[in-house]
Amino acid sequence: MATGDLALGQEQGQSSARQRVVNDFSIIVATVNGSGSQSANSVLLKSIFGMGVPVSGKNLFPSNIAGLPTWYTIRASKDGYVARRRDCAVLVALNPETARQDVLNLPVGGVAIYEENLNLKQYRDDIVAYPVPFDKLTASICPEAKLRKLVKNMVYVGVVAQLLSIDLTVVEKGLRKQFAKKQKVFDLNFGAVKAGFDYAQQNFTKQDPYFIEPMKATAGKIIIDGNAACGMGAVFAGVTVVAWYPITPSTSLVEATTDLLKKLRVTPDGKATFAVVQAEDELAAIGMVLGAGWAGARSMTATSGPGISLMAEFSGLGYFAELPGVIFDVQRSGPSTGMPTRTSQADILSTAFLSHGDTKHVLLLPGNVKECFEFGCEAFDLTERLQTPVFVLTDLDLGMNNWMSDPFTYPERPLDRGKVLTAEDLERLGGFARYRDVDGDGIGWRTLPGTKHPKAAYFTRGSGHNDAAGYTEKPDEYQAVMDRLARKFENARALVPAPVAVKNGSSKVGFLAYGTTDFAMRESMDEIKKGYGRDVDYMRIRAYPFAQEIHDFIASHERVYVVEQDRDAQLASLLKLDLPAEQATKLRSILHYNGLPIDARSITEEFATKEGL
Amino acid sequence: MATATPNPKVNYIGLPITDYRGGKSTLCAGCGHNAISERIIDAMFEMGVEPERVIKMSGIGCSSKSPAYFMNRSHSFNSVHGRMPSVTTGAVLANHSNMALGVSGDGDTASIGIGQFVHLMRRNLPMIYIIEDNGVYGLTKGQFSATADIGSKLKTGVINDLPAIDTCALAIQLGATFVGRSFSGDKKQLLTMLKAAIAHKGTVMLDVISPCVTFNDHEGSTKSYKFMQEYDEPINEVGFIPSFQEIDVDYDSGQVYDVQMHDGSNLRLRKLREDYDPTDKANAVRTLMEAHENNEVLTGVFYINTQQPTFIDLLNLVDEPLATLPESLTRPPKSALGALMTNLQ
Repeated sequence: MATGDLALGQEQGQSSARQRVVNDFSIIVATVNGSGSQSANSVLLKSIFGMGVPVSGKNLFPSNIAGLPTWYTIRASKDGYVARRRDCAVLVALNPETARQDVLNLPVGGVAIYEENLNLKQYRDDIVAYPVPFDKLTASICPEAKLRKLVKNMVYVGVVAQLLSIDLTVVEKGLRKQFAKKQKVFDLNFGAVKAGFDYAQQNFTKQDPYFIEPMKATAGKIIIDGNAACGMGAVFAGVTVVAWYPITPSTSLVEATTDLLKKLRVTPDGKATFAVVQAEDELAAIGMVLGAGWAGARSMTATSGPGISLMAEFSGLGYFAELPGVIFDVQRSGPSTGMPTRTSQADILSTAFLSHGDTKHVLLLPGNVKECFEFGCEAFDLTERLQTPVFVLTDLDLGMNNWMSDPFTYPERPLDRGKVLTAEDLERLGGFARYRDVDGDGIGWRTLPGTKHPKAAYFTRGSGHNDAAGYTEKPDEYQAVMDRLARKFENARALVPAPVAVKNGSSKVGFLAYGTTDFAMRESMDEIKKGYGRDVDYMRIRAYPFAQEIHDFIASHERVYVVEQDRDAQLASLLKLDLPAEQATKLRSILHYNGLPIDARSITEEFATKEGL
Repeated sequence: MATATPNPKVNYIGLPITDYRGGKSTLCAGCGHNAISERIIDAMFEMGVEPERVIKMSGIGCSSKSPAYFMNRSHSFNSVHGRMPSVTTGAVLANHSNMALGVSGDGDTASIGIGQFVHLMRRNLPMIYIIEDNGVYGLTKGQFSATADIGSKLKTGVINDLPAIDTCALAIQLGATFVGRSFSGDKKQLLTMLKAAIAHKGTVMLDVISPCVTFNDHEGSTKSYKFMQEYDEPINEVGFIPSFQEIDVDYDSGQVYDVQMHDGSNLRLRKLREDYDPTDKANAVRTLMEAHENNEVLTGVFYINTQQPTFIDLLNLVDEPLATLPESLTRPPKSALGALMTNLQ
């Protein structure tokens, strides 16, 4: 893993030399990708969850099919912190290539569980070592050689469970759920878990201080990744057309959507109430989305940075011709190809203004999996209400990792299909002008192609048009449309998800953040209180254009730190464009952009430095 | 032509031809595109297509402006350069009860839009795709396009030294199920092919040579009126009898190729070349390749397949348009979310 983290990885080890550390540490599993370790990692995560202990998991994987190093970290936190932790106390070293560095990264007093012939003890005498003959154990319970690679991972689950006092019946329950209909697979895997568990029981005396003890903090909670949650939101919004092009890390969003559609949206006679098209590229994907939105369907695509860049031209058309469509952007590290399997929040500025000309877009910024579901659903109402593309920006950390959450709530409000005139309406009105602001909210009325009325048709174009959708190059007509679009965007402030004032007390110092930064931000607030005795306020932004509450929050604080996961202070820049000059000078930035999810201590340390604490 | 209605001024759904007209053309006088717009109006009128059912789709360029000049009662979408195929795909998926008519140009299709064009052809999406093909970029004042023939000459004297993309050969190879070429100046052939196109279920790709009177109608051009009058070589004579008209032609086997269209219409291709079989893909492509070598401009219906499933069939869509499905069919019930949540606990 990132060696830069090593120097900072000492806190846990020092404090834990003799004391028991219960439900407050991280585990790191080092494997090679393509070895099937994901299901073992998931079983371990769910076992800790099953013990009632708040837990989060992060997969740090390479952009590769098989054979390169990959790490999975699991954080157990009795306090419910789910952000990344820089130090991991318990190492499971299954990758010979990285084992030496992995063990060197451990804090003093840390734990190493490893294939015995790696002999990692030679590198450190200040850790607790548990060498395990993984290959031998695996061979003894799995006669089929080709399955051993997969089964071996389950052996480590058993070893870890025994050493950390994770209840074997909880592991069994999790496995049973995972392999619900496959008794044979379950038997093989549970056999492997047991073999590891028994081996540890018979051969090791517990020497380290790390324990998982039962809690009741996860009762009723679910575990899901953000991509699946977004997809679920779209399905419960009644999405009908999905067009996409595969790209990490958004692919699993569409796959989850498709799985749900096949399960929930087939009529009794076997027909589909949806169309999913794997397009030839992202240009075609968004073209299909906007074409479908124009014709009245609820349509979506999902992509990441490079795809967003390709969608620029069409996004401008969507803005100017006022077409609905939902675009999920699961952000990854750029620029260019960047690091496809690492996280970032660096698309926000370019997406807000995606395309040439005076274009701006509505962005929804979910901060957890529950909001992935809710905004994934609400985006469809907003895009049809506002008649403009709506972007939902998540990131790799939220999208591809497993998160604990309260169960999602069914959207009780009926779908808002926006302003659409029917043939009866047209008969009553005697006609309509597509882009006329008859309601004073900047939003015109549209008709859907196929509406059976001689006056239903209008001409949709990305070229200059007047309020009757006619071609124009007349200065006043063009400007009137541009001004109305600006009014519509201004009105969107009150329609998009309002910010959440996590804490808005009497502190002179405020924080602003969005998306996955929230997890680290909440933990950092506690660290700042504990470490420096300072109370700070914090507001979480959930959409662009920015709501009035955000302006008020900035106005009521002396200094406002904007915490984000990009190099160029993009969120702060976007805020500055929106703020009067005397407010803009209040903003300070705390930035994190190494591809790993932001952690609390990075924020706390930077804050302390900037405040001179 | 004869219609089922007694009044000769209205078509068989009772509409006069004025209900199929569009705005005044802003293209150059004599532009081939205007003649194509006229033939579209005639074909839609004669076939009795409800104008409200038609969606007119286009990209960017002179050709792509033309949907404003026919069928004002139809919704229209003038999208971005080379991207009409994707927008149309989305629109057809949203509502497959509409009839999509796409108008593109040679630049819009064969250069900037070639990627979307080839993938559209693969899908056999039900739509009519017309290329108004003049071999030059008009709006930017006369640069060669990718369908310009090798050796053809610009007004400025520049000779094209790159081979032309044959959009028909491409479309046949890739999966379009009705492919032909016509000439804007051949009223009868173009009108007949358009009527057959309306009756077809699947992707119709028609490359219509449409001279640009301003930039490509001179000596040395292979897309001029004069050149077409000289070198146009019909491969078959196209006849069409719509479904609502009784078939009273006599069968003349050996000389004609009769195709039963999906809607019950009859397409009759009278052979002008010995044994040209419009259902033989490989032969169609070979014939087109040979014509290039012989400097012939073949026109007519090159390929037809009425059996191939369309993209809508492959996606197994419900009969009702996706766009207007009621919420009860698109939003799963509360119990479904409950079950998902339980499973995630």
